[in-house]
Amino acid sequence: MITTRGDFVSPRFDLSPEVLIATYYDQELLEEPRSIIVSDVSAETICDLALKENVAMVICGGIEEQHYQFLTWKKITVIDSVIGPYTEVLQLAMNNTLKSGMILPGATSKEVAS
Amino acid sequence: MKPESKLHISPVFSELLNAIPHGIAYLDTNLCVVVMNRFLEIMTGYSTAEARGIYSEFIFRSNLGNKNQMSREVLDRGEAVSVDGNIINRQRKKIPIHFTLSCLHDEQGQPAGFLIVLEDISVLKSVESKHQGLAEETGILGHSPQMAKVFELMSVLARTDASVLITGETGTGKDMIAEALHESSQRARQPFIKVNCGALPEALLESELFGHVKGAFTGAVTETVGMFRLAHKGTIFLTEIGDLSLPLQVKLLSVLDDQEFFPVGGSKKVKVDVRIIAATHCSLRQEVQQGRFREDLFYRLNVLHLHMPPLRERDGDIRLLLDHFLRHFSGKLGRGITAFTKKAIDVLGRYRYPGNVRELRNIAEYSANICQGKKVGTKDLPQYLFQAAEESSAKAPVIVVPPMVSLSREQAQPMAKMDGGWTGIEKEMIVDALRKTGGNRSKAADLLGWGRTTLWRKLKKYKMA
Repeated sequence: MITTRGDFVSPRFDLSPEVLIATYYDQELLEEPRSIIVSDVSAETICDLALKENVAMVICGGIEEQHYQFLTWKKITVIDSVIGPYTEVLQLAMNNTLKSGMILPGATSKEVAS
Repeated sequence: MKPESKLHISPVFSELLNAIPHGIAYLDTNLCVVVMNRFLEIMTGYSTAEARGIYSEFIFRSNLGNKNQMSREVLDRGEAVSVDGNIINRQRKKIPIHFTLSCLHDEQGQPAGFLIVLEDISVLKSVESKHQGLAEETGILGHSPQMAKVFELMSVLARTDASVLITGETGTGKDMIAEALHESSQRARQPFIKVNCGALPEALLESELFGHVKGAFTGAVTETVGMFRLAHKGTIFLTEIGDLSLPLQVKLLSVLDDQEFFPVGGSKKVKVDVRIIAATHCSLRQEVQQGRFREDLFYRLNVLHLHMPPLRERDGDIRLLLDHFLRHFSGKLGRGITAFTKKAIDVLGRYRYPGNVRELRNIAEYSANICQGKKVGTKDLPQYLFQAAEESSAKAPVIVVPPMVSLSREQAQPMAKMDGGWTGIEKEMIVDALRKTGGNRSKAADLLGWGRTTLWRKLKKYKMA
């Protein structure tokens, strides 16, 4: 699950209006990623969604310690503080090379602001 | 060269930013980071080298709206804006921040960049919430050093599971303290049961506390679980513990020691897990000395002791409480009463409040009901305040009255006989209140700012019942 806003990983987990859920195996997507609009945006709603969707990994921007601990306690891998376009982030995650705190190219252009 | 790049390369500018004890960032007109000072680097967890050129929202992670909405408005309007919000930093910590956003212009008056100041207000917020939290959660108000000590002690007592003894005069808020202790303890989700030991005769109280089995006595047609079992895993609050009879004290002591007891008429022991909070208006130590209270029970209850100071000893709290209750009742009644006049404050400040906060609350309610103007004057105050003031001022040159709590019963009696003293005033107040309410004790107690039990006890004490 990637918390997104527009084409990017959302800066904040608790304020993400959307999440993207992708299923992959052996670096290949098994199906087209699904996008879910979060109703009643909050960290708790997204945590519930992650549990309901039974995800193994959450990729997000800034997340509070309590929510990070909750997800890891639920055996969900959390890769946080990621900055960049979600398509590239997803690719890195599938390649198993995505790390917490990564800043990918593309978050520097004025397109982000537009 | 663009202005932002001029600033970016200037070491003087960077040093200037570093000298300011708040987080500061200079952004370009696309709201991408140009430079951050050291303070902001620590706050966000990103260095300037990492953050440079990156859209600021990804670095600050604030809650100031999507896509830097607010920053864009500031850029468009050119006016600085200050707003409270928060950020989540790289260490996953949410920090409350006071943001100041301002637009910088070049010589032609065109937007050249954007300055954002992030002031960490977590200390301020924690102090605010500490004060508000206590006041709101417990509903107990007080800024005096005496109350500060009580609040401090309360936070310690809430963390333990030991028995607590709360002492203090009538109307000081012993019940509220007990409830607040329960609410902030680990047993908060479990029941809080309050039992007034002075309100029931001994036999009834025993069955009330410990329950009875069917047929235990005449009229016991069903089994009753009793307050102790109702409070299982929670807290039982025994108010007016000083009025508990000696046989019941023994039974209570055994519950405290073993956490088990026999219900009235029962042959099967019942085990309970209950925290006991006891309260009394009288000095249990004196009761022990006079043989009216068991010494072992006293020591068992007195594990942790909290004394509620009387209102007259709480510096500055009278004014605070008067304003609070006046606002409360004025709002409730839909009146536009704003304050007390200076004369009314003088009268209220001189009064000794034997009924403490309860009495003060009733005075404020009375005033809010009677007052027809915007300010409560002396004519809107209950008349007995003036009688008490006159009597005390008339007697003031002759008698120096020591604090009530330090008087033992033996000392107090001769003084009462000698000149009427406080006892005389109190008797008069009771008679007056009963006369006004046509003998209705509940209404009389309300008028006096006492509980019904207090009035009943005083009637008994003065042999007026």
